[in-house]
Amino acid sequence: MATLRTFGRFLLDTLRILVRGNRTYFIWVGFLLALIALGAWAYIGQLHQGLIATHMRDQVSWGFYIGNFTFLVGVAAASIMLVIPAYIYDWEPIKEITILGEMLAISALIMCLGFVMVDIGRPDRFWHIMPFVGRLNWPHSLLAWDVLVLNTYLLLNCFVVTYLLYCAYTEKHYVKNLVLPLVLLSIPVAVSIHTVTAYLYNGLAARPFWNSAILAPKFLASAFCSGPAILLILLQILRKTTKLRITDAAIFKVAELMAYTMGFNLFLTAAEAFKEFYSNTEHVVYSQYLYFGLKGHNTLVPFAWASVLCGLAAFLLFLVPRTRTNWITLNIGCVLIYSSVYIEKGMGLIIPGLTPDTLGEIYVYRPSVTEVLVAAGIFAIGFLVFTLLLKAAVPMMLGEFTHRKNGGASDHPEAPIPITTH
Amino acid sequence: MTDELNPRGPHEPCDCEGEGSRRLFLGTAVAAVAGALTGCGKISREEFLQHNFRELSKDEVNSVIARLEQEYREKYGKEVHVGNEPPLPGVIFGYALDLSRCVGCRRCVYACVKENNQSRDPQIQWIRVLQMDKEDGVDLQHANQYYNPEEVPEEGHFYMPVQCQQCSNPPCVKVCPVGATWREKDGIVVVDYNWCIGCRYCMAACPYGARHFNWGEPHVPSADVNPETHYLGNRPRPKGVVEKCTFCIQRTRKGRYPACVEICPTGSRKFGNLLDPKSEIRYILENKRVFKFKEDLNTKPNFFYFYGV
Repeated sequence: MATLRTFGRFLLDTLRILVRGNRTYFIWVGFLLALIALGAWAYIGQLHQGLIATHMRDQVSWGFYIGNFTFLVGVAAASIMLVIPAYIYDWEPIKEITILGEMLAISALIMCLGFVMVDIGRPDRFWHIMPFVGRLNWPHSLLAWDVLVLNTYLLLNCFVVTYLLYCAYTEKHYVKNLVLPLVLLSIPVAVSIHTVTAYLYNGLAARPFWNSAILAPKFLASAFCSGPAILLILLQILRKTTKLRITDAAIFKVAELMAYTMGFNLFLTAAEAFKEFYSNTEHVVYSQYLYFGLKGHNTLVPFAWASVLCGLAAFLLFLVPRTRTNWITLNIGCVLIYSSVYIEKGMGLIIPGLTPDTLGEIYVYRPSVTEVLVAAGIFAIGFLVFTLLLKAAVPMMLGEFTHRKNGGASDHPEAPIPITTH
Repeated sequence: MTDELNPRGPHEPCDCEGEGSRRLFLGTAVAAVAGALTGCGKISREEFLQHNFRELSKDEVNSVIARLEQEYREKYGKEVHVGNEPPLPGVIFGYALDLSRCVGCRRCVYACVKENNQSRDPQIQWIRVLQMDKEDGVDLQHANQYYNPEEVPEEGHFYMPVQCQQCSNPPCVKVCPVGATWREKDGIVVVDYNWCIGCRYCMAACPYGARHFNWGEPHVPSADVNPETHYLGNRPRPKGVVEKCTFCIQRTRKGRYPACVEICPTGSRKFGNLLDPKSEIRYILENKRVFKFKEDLNTKPNFFYFYGV
C-alpha cells in the first residue's frame, strides 16, 4: 500500500516536471502539438473519405505509412545496440545511455502502432486483432506475430524505464536480479520485432522483391546503424543542455559499431543486387524499377541512388578513426546514415516490392498530401513522447529529482547518483 | 484445416451470456466512439460487437442477416435478400478458361460487376483481362489491361482474363491477421466483410491481383443493385474492406452458373464440380492440356487455363 502511494506521488511529481520548463521547451512542445493537430485534421479527412484520400490503390496497396512503420521498427529494435555492450560486455561508459535507448524504443514503437492504425481501413474494428477478445490468426499470420512481439517489446521497455526511474526517484538501488534478466530478455525480443517484421514481407511468394532470404539480416543490419544514428545526435544535445555525463568514449564506441553494421548492410545490398542483375530472371523488374526505372517510370531512381551513396559515404566516415572522432564529420555521417536507411527501409522497400504489380502493371505511387500530413502528425507524437520522457527522466537520472527533494529541481549542483551503476 | 469450420454446423452457445449487461453497456459506448472515429456515422452496437461469421450461432446469423437486409432496404429503397446457403455436399467447384477462344470482349467483366454489386464509383472489377502478345506468350511484363481498340480480338494478340483462382493453398487466407477470410468446403475463398479490418495484407499476398479494396465509399445506383445476394458473396460492401470473386457463390450454391460463364459469347469459360467424374470440367482436365497460372508458387488453384482448339 505504501509503495502504491509512493508510486502515485512519483507519477504526480513526474507530471509536475512536465508542466514546468523554459521557453524553448514550451515552444518545442507547442510546435509538436501544432503538428499533431494538423495530422489529426488530415486523418479525420481520411476517415471521412476512406483511404482513397491516400494515393495507395489496388496495385500499390501499401505505401508511405507502412514504409515509415518498417523504418521505425528498426529504430525501436536498435536500442539493443546499446544494451549489448553495456550489459553483456559490462562496458561502463555506455551503461548510462541504455535507458535513453529504451526510451527511444518506446517512442518509436508508439509511432509504429500509429502508422499501422492510420493504414487500416476499419480502425473501428481494431479489437478484432486483440488476442482473446478478437480472433488473432496466430500462428499462421505473420502480422499476428508482429502484433504480439511489438507489444511485448513495448511493455518490456515501458516497465524497465518506469522501474529504473522510480528507483532513482525513491533513491533506492534497483534490484539487479529483476532488471538484468529483463534487459537481457529485451535483446532477443528486439531482434524478433525486426525479424518478424522482415518475415512479414519475406513470406510473400507473390512478391519476389521481398521473397528473399537476405531480407531479415538486412533489416537488422540497417536498423543497427540507423537507430544509433539518431541516438548519437541526441546524446550530444543532451550533454550540452543537461548535466548528464556522456563520455566521448561512449559516443565513439557506438560510432565504431555503426561502421561495421553499415558495412555489412552495404555488403548485403550488393549481394542482393548481384543476384538480381546477374541472373537476370523476370524477377529483376522490381530492382530495375528501383535503381534504373522501368518503361520510362523513374520516380524512385534518384532516391535509390541517394540511399546507396549516403550509406557508402557514411560507412567511410565512420570507418576512418579520424573522421569518426571529429564532431563535424561524425554528425554528417549520422545524418547520411539516417537518410540512407530511411529511404531504403521505407519507400525503397515497400514501393518496388509492389511495382510492377502481380499482373505486371506499373502504377506510379507518390504519397498524397493527406499521407504526408498524417505521417508528420505521427512523427510529432513520437517526438513529443520522447521529449516528455526525457524531460522527466534526465533530472531523475541525475538524482536531482527524488521523493525527498521533489520540486527542488535543477538548481542543486549535487553529485549525480548514476542509476545504472551497481 | 481449422479454417474450414462450417458456420452452420452445431455450435456451442455463445459464452458471453453471463457478462451480457456489462458487454452491452461497453458495446454501446465503444460503438458510438468507434462510429464517430471512423467517420462512418452511425455504427450500431450490434454491428460493432458482431463476431467472426464462423463463430456465430444459427440465431445470431439470422439476426445479422435481418439487420443487414434492413440496412440495405433503407439505403437502396428496395428489398435485398441476403442468403447464407452452405456449401453443397460432395462439391468442389472448378473453373477452366479456354485461352484459344477468349476474344477479350470484357463482357465477363461487366456481367460480374453487375451481378456482384461492385462499386461503380470508384470502379472495382473482379475480373481483369490481360492482352498479351502472341509472340511473347504468357508474359506479364508485356501484358496490357487497358487495351481499347474499335474491335477485338486484335491481330497478334491473345487475351487472358484473371480473377480469383480459388486456390487450395491460398496465401491470402494464411496471412489474414484476424481470420476474416477463409476457404469454404466447396473450395470458394470468401471474406467476412463485417470482420475484415482492412489491413490489405491479403492483397500483398495474392499473386493474382484478385483482391480489391474499397478505398472510398462504394457506390451502386439503387436501380442497379442486384437484390439476390449471399452474406459471403455479393451483398453490398462497406468502405474500408477487401472483396474478391467468389465464383458467384449466391448462384453456384443454388446450382446455377457464375455470371461470367453465362455471359461469355465464345464459350471460353467452363465451370463445374471437380468431384463429379461426368462433369464438363473433369472432361477438360482429362482431355485437354491445362495449366495453372503461376504454378511455381504452389497455390494450387482450382482455376485452370487451357487451349481448346
